[in-house]
Amino acid sequence: MKLRKNIAVSEAGLLFNPVTGESFSVNPIGIEILNLLREEKTDEQIHSAIMSRYSTDKPTFEKDYQDFIGILKHNNLLESHEETKA
Amino acid sequence: MKKPKLNIGITGLNAIDSPGPGVPVIRALREAASFDTRIIGLSYESLEPGIYMHDIVDRTYSIPYPTAGTDTLLERLEYIQEREKLDVIIPNFDAELYPFIKLERKLKEMGIHMFLPTMHQFEERHKVNLNDFGKKYGINVPKSKVIYDLNTVHSLLSEFSFPMIVKGKFYDASIAYSIEQVKSYFNKISAKWGLPIIIQEFIHGTEFNVTGLGDGTGKTIAAVPMRKQYITDKGKAWGGISISDEKMLDMTRKFLRTTKWRGGFELELMKNKDGELYLLEINPRLPAWIYLAVGVGQNIPEALVNLAMGHKVKPYTDYTVGKMFIRYSWDMIVDREEFEQISIYGEL
Repeated sequence: MKLRKNIAVSEAGLLFNPVTGESFSVNPIGIEILNLLREEKTDEQIHSAIMSRYSTDKPTFEKDYQDFIGILKHNNLLESHEETKA
Repeated sequence: MKKPKLNIGITGLNAIDSPGPGVPVIRALREAASFDTRIIGLSYESLEPGIYMHDIVDRTYSIPYPTAGTDTLLERLEYIQEREKLDVIIPNFDAELYPFIKLERKLKEMGIHMFLPTMHQFEERHKVNLNDFGKKYGINVPKSKVIYDLNTVHSLLSEFSFPMIVKGKFYDASIAYSIEQVKSYFNKISAKWGLPIIIQEFIHGTEFNVTGLGDGTGKTIAAVPMRKQYITDKGKAWGGISISDEKMLDMTRKFLRTTKWRGGFELELMKNKDGELYLLEINPRLPAWIYLAVGVGQNIPEALVNLAMGHKVKPYTDYTVGKMFIRYSWDMIVDREEFEQISIYGEL
């Protein structure tokens, strides 16, 4: 899973999609996850990175993470499989 | 090197809830790098705000409505030309383009340059002809039908489903959810703008606009796409952001290449949830949000004036993405004497 290259993420957590003109705001943990996605980390690597920094249980994080990924996909902010292969 | 000073006549100085492009076009011209300007406002009504903005407009003359005919307009422009020695006129309303295109040659003989679409281009892109336009140039357009008679409204049900858009030939559009609403909008819009009325398929999606400039040979001189962020109940963008959608730019370049469009324009586009683009309308003039294009690096009005003056213009190839415009209104305090001056004498 990879964040689209053209998506701009500000330090304050504002995402801007230059193709559609849409903006989204994310919280600090969201920014951390986006940065890890940008570094092309795997789901497992992202899980362990976040779990090591925050006190939460695995099922709660897993659910929230999948919700977050779902929202990113819904808004076309992640590269599709075809784009990733290319 | 000293910049030349051009006297430029500008219409569209109004600023109601569907504002004219005149004032933002003037702001762009005042920032032109290649010339200085003296701006002559050309107004239709005494309450157009641009008339009273003395740091924007140097002098204003009222001109007759297009319905008065080209001879009346020409007579008035001859009077203005004797006093102001205009180099260029930029008409900014759809409804006035017809007489200005007709007068283009005569005005040139008087020393007034314009850079307008040809009459063929102007007619071909008309809302009334959008279906044929889409077919001819291979551009995706929503299905539309022209109607002249209220009695034919019921037959629309075999071709269109609700909601459908009811459009005036120059301005105004409303979404109708029932036959009663179609009839009501037909009456309301035709009373204001005349017949025909255009019925258009409703495309669900997000609205985008592209403004730009074609040099008349098929070349793209400028193109800036914008997503509407804040839309008024008249469907006008009151805030927007520049974007970098290649599909939109491709459609724009195709429009300019195939039609050899001459002049400024605005494309009204809709993108549905599958990412398909539909061309809803081609406005044959610069839009009211044109100053965003200047703000992102493409001074389209300046390029248009240079083309009108017969100069070579280097195409713009880049602009800043993610820059926003946010429109506001501003109440000016005006002396009654100024209002009297423009109302009674037609000059200020």
